Amino acid sequence: MIDMTPALTISGLRYAYPDGREALHGVDLRIAQGERVALLGPNGAGKTTLVLHLNGILHGGSGSVEISGLPVTPGDRKAITEIRRRVGVVFQDPDDQLFMPSVAEDVAFGPQNLGVRGTELTNRVDEALAAVGMSEHRDHVPHHLSFGQRRRVAVATVLAMRPEILVLDEPSSNLDPASRRELAEIIVSLPVTTLMVTHDLPYALELCSRSVILDAGRIVADGATADLLGDRDLMRRHRLELPFGFNPHPRV
Amino acid sequence: MSSGHSHPLHLDRDSPVHRLPPEVKIVSAVLFTIVVVATPRTEFLAFGGYALLLAVVAAIARVPAGWLAKRATIELPFVLLAVALPFAGHGERVMWMGLSLSVDGLYGAWNIFAKGTLGVLASLLLAATTTMRDLILGLDRLRCPQVFTQIATFMLRYIDVLADDARRMRIARISRGYDPRFLWQAKAFAVGVGALFLRSYERGERVYLAMLSRGYTGRLPASERGPAPARDWVLSATLPVASAGIALAAVVLA
Repeated sequence: MIDMTPALTISGLRYAYPDGREALHGVDLRIAQGERVALLGPNGAGKTTLVLHLNGILHGGSGSVEISGLPVTPGDRKAITEIRRRVGVVFQDPDDQLFMPSVAEDVAFGPQNLGVRGTELTNRVDEALAAVGMSEHRDHVPHHLSFGQRRRVAVATVLAMRPEILVLDEPSSNLDPASRRELAEIIVSLPVTTLMVTHDLPYALELCSRSVILDAGRIVADGATADLLGDRDLMRRHRLELPFGFNPHPRV
Repeated sequence: MSSGHSHPLHLDRDSPVHRLPPEVKIVSAVLFTIVVVATPRTEFLAFGGYALLLAVVAAIARVPAGWLAKRATIELPFVLLAVALPFAGHGERVMWMGLSLSVDGLYGAWNIFAKGTLGVLASLLLAATTTMRDLILGLDRLRCPQVFTQIATFMLRYIDVLADDARRMRIARISRGYDPRFLWQAKAFAVGVGALFLRSYERGERVYLAMLSRGYTGRLPASERGPAPARDWVLSATLPVASAGIALAAVVLA
């Protein structure tokens, strides 16, 4: 693991919105290949801002982001296309992500932007839909799917680009418990580096051995998920709360 | 390609006409309408021939006459205008059941009624046999500017989402005792429309960000399906060609 290039390296990342509001105050983060990391933090901590830096949609502050060694350089069109292939962002509202009139067309959108055509494209769509268990819905209208199904298709739209790092923004929000579990099974089954932004702390504990806490634009904690969740003071300081009755150390 | 994108004018059947590629149907319907419009209004027989042609297409497409007739009522407001023409027209007049009617006006009314009805019927047949999605694909393949087809594609995807938004907002209003009976109570509705616009605007921004994240560079990828086979073009050309034949025959024989 030591000599491998990290999947994600962020160093000294700062960002202020055009209105002057500062969102990131020097973020440093490294994620190794194959790791699954939860990004925790209260509302307004800068989580989404950070996510939008990973594929160069937001930029302009100081600091740098590298994806598997390739720096995110927003000015370079070719490089940014490669970055957007490497970083698959699944947004919180699947209705924002799924804009094409049918499931298969939407899954094909990303690879088509990368120049994939013909049977290779069909294979990718089939593969991605199979990975999230949505193959039989390929010709359906996104609007007619359940919310959980739409979220799974949203994951497939990104998988079809064969990303090196999968970024999930609130993957479990608005899901019923069964859909939440089904999605967890899918996430665990994917052999890809994953960064998961979430408020769902039990979900973070279940899926990610490591967590980082972002608050007020800084990484304030980085460690084993169970340890962070078990640290009551840390949690309280950063407006994080465990659900009633939830014990992050079931075996202790 | 029947991805469930039906619209109120679509009749979900399986027929040779339904199976034709959308672009050949669009071209066929447009050409037919042009021939109809170009036919001199006095060639009554020709219009009978056109109606017969449409009846044949409707039969092949398995679209019932009653279904077509009901939806053709959309042209009524336009036809009503035509009714005024015989009374308002100038020139030579005839007496009919005690009414003095202008001959020129009668011809004018007939002109609007016959051509309008035939055009509406042709469009209805196109709509009945083609889903919304296919119509857009067809236009795209006919080199319709991408701006239009893209806007139509987005509308197709988000119109239901918007309608759901609007419905939920309405239910939330009603749940708080809103019951507009008079015009001056419509303020909450108007504000709701504004909120809906803002929401859509913000959603548009988020959709765009999500598209960028998947490598969007300003052009939607072209559709994968190849051009329509020549056989389908020939098949659908029979309608405009036959109508053009009728028009020619009528003009030459007259």
